[in-house]
Amino acid sequence: MAYVAHDESAHAPPAEVEEVELYHPKTFIGKYIWSQDAKVIAIQYSITAIAVGLVALVLSGIMRLQLGFPNTFSFIDPSNYLQFVTMHGMIMVIYLLTALFLGGFGNYLIPLMVGARDMVFPYVNMVSYWVYLFAVLLLMASFFVPGGPTGAGWTLYPPQAILPGTPGATWGVILMLVSLAFFIIGFTMGGLNYVVTVLQARTRGMTMMRLPLTVWGIFMATVLALLAFPALFVSAVMMTLDSLLGTSFFMPAVVSMGQKLDHEGGSPILFQHLFWFFGHPEVYIVALPAFGIVSDLISVHARKNIFGYRMMVWAILAIGGLSFVVWAHHMYVSGMNPYFGFFFATTTLIIAVPTALKVYNWVLTLWRGDIHLTVPMLFAIGFVFTFINGGLTGLYLGNVTVDLPLSDTYFVVAHFHMVMAVSPVLVVFGAIYHWYPKITGRMLNDTMGKFHFWFTFLGSYAIYLPMHYLGFLGVPRRYYALGNTDFIPESAQSLNAAITIAVLIVGTVQLVFLYNLVWSYFKGKRSGGNPWGATTLEWQTPDTPPKHGNFGPKLPVVYRWAYDYSVPGVDQDFIPQNVPPGGVATRKSNKT
Amino acid sequence: MSIFHQLTVKPWVTARGAGEYLRDRDTSSRPATKLALRVFLAVVAVLFMLLVIAYGNRMAYEDWRPTPQLRLLWANTFVLILSSIALQWAQFSVRRGRMDGMRVGLLAGGAFTVVFLIGQVLAWRQLGTMVYFELTNPAIAFFYLITGLHGLHLLGGLVAWGRTVAKVWGDFDRAEIRQSVELCTLYWHFLLLVWLILFGLLFSGNNLDILLKICGIR
Repeated sequence: MAYVAHDESAHAPPAEVEEVELYHPKTFIGKYIWSQDAKVIAIQYSITAIAVGLVALVLSGIMRLQLGFPNTFSFIDPSNYLQFVTMHGMIMVIYLLTALFLGGFGNYLIPLMVGARDMVFPYVNMVSYWVYLFAVLLLMASFFVPGGPTGAGWTLYPPQAILPGTPGATWGVILMLVSLAFFIIGFTMGGLNYVVTVLQARTRGMTMMRLPLTVWGIFMATVLALLAFPALFVSAVMMTLDSLLGTSFFMPAVVSMGQKLDHEGGSPILFQHLFWFFGHPEVYIVALPAFGIVSDLISVHARKNIFGYRMMVWAILAIGGLSFVVWAHHMYVSGMNPYFGFFFATTTLIIAVPTALKVYNWVLTLWRGDIHLTVPMLFAIGFVFTFINGGLTGLYLGNVTVDLPLSDTYFVVAHFHMVMAVSPVLVVFGAIYHWYPKITGRMLNDTMGKFHFWFTFLGSYAIYLPMHYLGFLGVPRRYYALGNTDFIPESAQSLNAAITIAVLIVGTVQLVFLYNLVWSYFKGKRSGGNPWGATTLEWQTPDTPPKHGNFGPKLPVVYRWAYDYSVPGVDQDFIPQNVPPGGVATRKSNKT
Repeated sequence: MSIFHQLTVKPWVTARGAGEYLRDRDTSSRPATKLALRVFLAVVAVLFMLLVIAYGNRMAYEDWRPTPQLRLLWANTFVLILSSIALQWAQFSVRRGRMDGMRVGLLAGGAFTVVFLIGQVLAWRQLGTMVYFELTNPAIAFFYLITGLHGLHLLGGLVAWGRTVAKVWGDFDRAEIRQSVELCTLYWHFLLLVWLILFGLLFSGNNLDILLKICGIR
């Protein structure tokens, strides 16, 4: 039954993995709209996520216009401002980053990288996308309902989220909560697919420890998401009931505008616990795929095996486990037992250990590597830079005594945008520049790419570094206007104006990226099957872009790990995972 | 190969020959659907665990007013146990190739489940007509929410059950039916377990309260 190699150079027979029953579409609609091909679904996910992300980007631009040049724009009033803050946050974190990393990159890369023909349940995978799209449309609909979208802040804290007086407290917040519930249902369908595909559909020879780190990152992030999203689901359902039926899960007795409301006996803190039990793993749901992808980018473009592969895997697992016991560090200001705070501060600092290990390993991979400063590599190095900056301020904020005065200031805005916005987005860009040739068969334009990188990278520092300083001054976050305060000098306003100008420039530069995506699709240089000389299976497909079923008639067989770069004595500076030990051409041209 | 062993393998060592690793293809032979169901059950377990924790968290406040006991829930619990037993019988039969026994077990399991759900709706109405009924009382709202979510999961199960039942008449692929029956049985046992925990801790007396007191939380 099991194949035993008699000598090392023997070729193994093709894989005996269960074949996924592929549905072969015949019509255009079956192929590109109601598609069950993970690669098409990935592109659907990505385009939807990026489109909705652009909406959120415009919203942030409008917010910055108000902050940089107050009293100039009549269409921004305090209510609008809060609505833009809320929608910007929720869209970016959930509907863009989570959907893009897991639904987009997960769908495209998992089957290709593990050597499968498709996800294990292609139909469920398709439904997952359409439920996601429905959730996005529900959320976008809230811009057009009476009262507009909710302005409760992206954390949606009760009681104010559903009290009259908060923008969008009637329609907007309900649409937001229902949309989140649908997002979670859709994600769960996709997530089951990703987990089962990684565990069950790997091709012959692809052991767990031979998986590229990209798959490890996406896999662990999916596990986190499956276990963390139920908390958001429960709180969304409970708050919807509070708002629509008048239950009091989260609503205490409230006197609002002189009137006692019907609610009594609910616990707002309970919502915060549920929300952050989801919310903190969510940080790693976004970060772990980024960690995985960046490991592969650095290794490929430095032509060197990743430093400490096993340690990288262990760190991913450790971070995943620890991420469930740090959530209350978002709630230091809610008033908690000091021992409780002590516990969460400790776990928060402990999680820095595996994270730092990863950073050291990236840097050590670069050390004495054959570094190619391609656009994906630039973005990967930019990520390591930014992640260190954002991570270090996290160590500050993890301590209760430091967090209390800084919690409601721009310091926190700066910290989480560095660590959770700029860092993963740099990886998203790097990954798109890296895998675009596989998806389209053409390279993205290099000049536009470098222009895009430098403006985005330096621009985001121009935006977020000064915000740390504003935070130290005590400039509060979420405020529509600063007003007259004694402790904030007028120069803070000049700084705000400068930040806004930087935002407008960085925002505009993204148009170059979008133009590049379209231009290169038609006019980019043809890439061939493996332009970067990478070892992983997605670059070894017979067709580029890969056809339905990915690998032609026979699935590849894996003989080695994903990081055989610059192996001494070997002709090429990389050995693809599916090359058998006897098939490697050596310099002495005798087989080893 | 244990998980620990897997995670300590040195993947960069390829010289030991392809066969070594190929034999150790560590994906198990379990079919993908079974694994998918197990992962899904883990998600559902987290969902109900969070609800129980939320319930306990809210219970720890001074102003907690417990729900009145509903005798009907004992009867419902009994019926749900019967449905699980019936499905277990279906699984037992299908594994021994007794197709008639399988059909009986399957149909009885579904019927008991429908009775359970009707019983739950009756319990809802009973509670709704009581003087204690107050929507703002978290205990009452939790009762409706938790039983509602549990019922929805059973309804979802009934969809899968219905698809299985539709296939067991006439010509059918035995292996496929066997798998469907096994999946249904696993799902039903799991939801029974969830219900027993929910019922035991929350709805059959102040048991969670006692537990919290033992832990020194309340």
